Amino acid sequence: MASVEFKSVTKSFGDFKAVSEVNFNIGDGEFVCLLGPSGCGKTTSLRMMAGLETPTSGQILIGGDEVTHLHPKDRNIAMVFQDYALYPHMNLADNIAYPLKVRGEAVANRHGRAREVADVLKIGHLMDRLPSQISGGQQQRTSLARALVYPAKVYLFDEPLSNLDAKLRLEARGFLNHLQRDMGMTAVYVTHDQAEAMALATRIAVMDQGKIVQYASPIEIYRRPATTFVANFVGNPPMNLVEVDGTQAGGQLVLKGEGLAMAGLPMTDAIGNALASSSKLTLGVRPEHLSLTAAGATNSISAPLFANENMGPESLVTIDRGEGARVTARIFTDDHLHVSDQVSLSFSAEHVHLFDAMGKRIPAVGE
Amino acid sequence: MNLTIPAFFGRIAFSALAALIGAVFALPLLWFLFAPFNAQAQMGLAVPDPWTLSNFVTVFGNSYAVQALWNSFIQATGGVILVGAAATLAAYALSRSSVPGKGAVTYVLLLFSSVVSGSAAMVPIFLIISAAGIMDTHVAVILTFAGGLLPTAMFILRDFIDSIPKSYEESAMVAGASPVQAFFDVALPVIRPGIVVVVVWSFVNIWGSFLIPFVLLRSSDNMPASVAIYSFYSEAGTPIVTLLAAYSLIYSLPVVALYLFVSWKFGFRFFGGIKA
Amino acid sequence: MTTEPISTQPQRKVRNFALLSNRAGAAFMLPAGLLVSVFVIVPFFWVIFVSFTNRTLIGKTALNPDFVGLGNYLALFDPATFFQRGQFGFSLILTTQFVLMSALVGQALLGLLLAWLIQTVPPWIKRITETFVIAAWILPEVVIGFAWFAFLDRDAGTLNMLLTGLGLPPGDFLLQQPFWVIVVFNTWRGAAFSMMLFNSAFSSIPPSYFQAADVAGASSWQKFRDIGLPLIRGHIVTDLILITMWTFNTFTPFLLTNGGPSYRTELVSIYNYRVAFQDFQFGKGAAVGVIMMLINLAFALIYLRLGRKKAPKS
Repeated sequence: MASVEFKSVTKSFGDFKAVSEVNFNIGDGEFVCLLGPSGCGKTTSLRMMAGLETPTSGQILIGGDEVTHLHPKDRNIAMVFQDYALYPHMNLADNIAYPLKVRGEAVANRHGRAREVADVLKIGHLMDRLPSQISGGQQQRTSLARALVYPAKVYLFDEPLSNLDAKLRLEARGFLNHLQRDMGMTAVYVTHDQAEAMALATRIAVMDQGKIVQYASPIEIYRRPATTFVANFVGNPPMNLVEVDGTQAGGQLVLKGEGLAMAGLPMTDAIGNALASSSKLTLGVRPEHLSLTAAGATNSISAPLFANENMGPESLVTIDRGEGARVTARIFTDDHLHVSDQVSLSFSAEHVHLFDAMGKRIPAVGE
Repeated sequence: MNLTIPAFFGRIAFSALAALIGAVFALPLLWFLFAPFNAQAQMGLAVPDPWTLSNFVTVFGNSYAVQALWNSFIQATGGVILVGAAATLAAYALSRSSVPGKGAVTYVLLLFSSVVSGSAAMVPIFLIISAAGIMDTHVAVILTFAGGLLPTAMFILRDFIDSIPKSYEESAMVAGASPVQAFFDVALPVIRPGIVVVVVWSFVNIWGSFLIPFVLLRSSDNMPASVAIYSFYSEAGTPIVTLLAAYSLIYSLPVVALYLFVSWKFGFRFFGGIKA
Repeated sequence: MTTEPISTQPQRKVRNFALLSNRAGAAFMLPAGLLVSVFVIVPFFWVIFVSFTNRTLIGKTALNPDFVGLGNYLALFDPATFFQRGQFGFSLILTTQFVLMSALVGQALLGLLLAWLIQTVPPWIKRITETFVIAAWILPEVVIGFAWFAFLDRDAGTLNMLLTGLGLPPGDFLLQQPFWVIVVFNTWRGAAFSMMLFNSAFSSIPPSYFQAADVAGASSWQKFRDIGLPLIRGHIVTDLILITMWTFNTFTPFLLTNGGPSYRTELVSIYNYRVAFQDFQFGKGAAVGVIMMLINLAFALIYLRLGRKKAPKS
């Protein structure tokens, strides 16, 4: 197992900068998720670790050694591909044992080792089958087995679960989580699914437009998103972001917005700095921190009901503040709500997130 | 299915029309079902009485005719090996490497291959073969066909390789395979169906071709069946129908067999790209 | 663990990773590049060079041809003889009519009709019809040539037998209507390609499009005109250009008619052959080759232009 380090790595394709001056460090035994929308540079970053893309500039280190220009075969890494890349002409045994074959292992050894790994992944009974003769979930585990069959310094995962259906994905996610903690392997995992990242990672690097926007533990990212982009990307449904107008009055911050009724918030230097450049702020509240309340309550937001979606124990209640600005709350199911009813949702001051006009987080008191 | 009466008759009319066109296409070929098995075959359509294989016996007893089939086989096989190997390597490079100027090379090749047809370039091809001192040899025919068929073969194969995910070779290399190992262990087996298509296509083309061997070969020892078939004419220029019929059937068999093989293996659609 | 870490092996530096390095890529392209250069690209330039000489197959000028400038071209386009039978102009016009009638009208229309028909007919009719249409296309050209020779035989041929049976007058078509014989022959020979191209084009249209039209009460003809045809417009253009080029260059009718009788089926490809290899005038034959290539070039450029527009690589 080994650490991975990016030193101001840039990758351009023509005029397009897929990855731009990225610096980060993955500790030995960490499980890091690269999270972001498509085109954010997460897959390119992973492929540069694998050696499948060469950085335009910057350095990549694995286990302290520079590997920037090393051929993939010389990096001693393992990778699971999104499409699994199982060789259609080899049976599972030969597929899984292929990395051992190119390492010059004797046939008996490599098939024995392949069988061991396959048994752990519960595909040991399928070793004579061709990839086309097994299910999608089994194919996914075969590709995992092929990566685990030899000891690699770093394990790379390129959206390995995105081709599975929802139920299998949950199952495979749990298994991967257990496996990584069990083996203590260094893993880098690319995904656009925030729930997957939250569930698996020890740290998440949220990427946008070729840059890392925030690199922190899942709980930190959930509790203190660094930007509105992160706030909007993490959480299901994502954080509600409400455009507000902020003014300082009597040592307190007063926020005004359509349907918004709020008590003043304590002023801080950070808020003062933000207000100095613009009074336009963004107020963020997570859906799970909102609850139904009577009209006119303090720290509440009111608007006509847009939709009430029953999800079983809880419901998603969405109100429409006009011009598509909607606020969603996750509450215990309430059947008495009807479309166009005026609904008020309240929240407590400690769950309020504030972002400045540039979308950057304004630290709360004590942060 | 519930069909209205007009729709029902519409379907019947469609079927009748399709069957009629099929019959018209079959007519000129019907003769080949009977004449090869008829010891007294004439130009006319006649059911053999009795059915016999004597025409085939005569053909196989004619050493020149057998030699010509063998020549066709040598030329087609030689051409196919060259086209298959060179096209596979080149198409792989066009698809997977980033050699500078490969886009331009592709464009130029595509352009030339459609501009330089056998019937337009017969004079310079004759001169090149003559200058190389290989006139009237199998090699001349093989090389000429290889050069002429390669551009199209390369494009068929490049499209095929482009459609194969790069993750096959990438996963092999990440797992520790060298580029050579990745090519032979993974890429080559995966693109084999494409190679089969190109090989069959080239074989059918060379096997059936008349003009190039007609122009490049002189001696009867080297003539392929497509040219040698004209020796089944009497001195007066009238065809020896019995032998021609039997020989044509034998000569057509490999093409039919390959066609059946390919449509069984790859389905019918594939043949859309098989002939240029 | 029994596995050795690979890092003990010599490590290779790559400047810019690709699945196949530039050097290997160039080596891979070399054999094909050489063959294509010698047998496709060199002939292209050589034929231009030869067309400016009086090179012959035998005699003194076979070894030491003289430079004759545009002489061969002037001879080809000599207004005094241009349109006479057996001359270049006659051959060129004949070929144009041949391409128009047998490729653009015959093959394309018949192929389109067949492709549409076999979408709807019962599978067994579809299979039988397809088999014969494709057999006409894949069988070796000399076999096809002989089959038609027998088919059209004046005394005993299948066609005259049929005509007589239907009470129609028989004829010696190879002698009386040689041009129409090769038009029908080439239509018959090549319709399979258009049929298969259009067939695959039609099958790539989602069936729901036609079902929606069925629900709306469209007739078969309306479905063809309003849905099928507009959606395969690109394929039609591709098909027309390809069959035009192939028909323009085809040599197969030679096997049926030898270019005769009295040059009445002498297409430019056959004219080229006669001038170069029967009259032994290589210089003049080369000039014919150059003109054929220029015509091919025009079609190829149109085709490539359209192909580029159709598939802008993302």
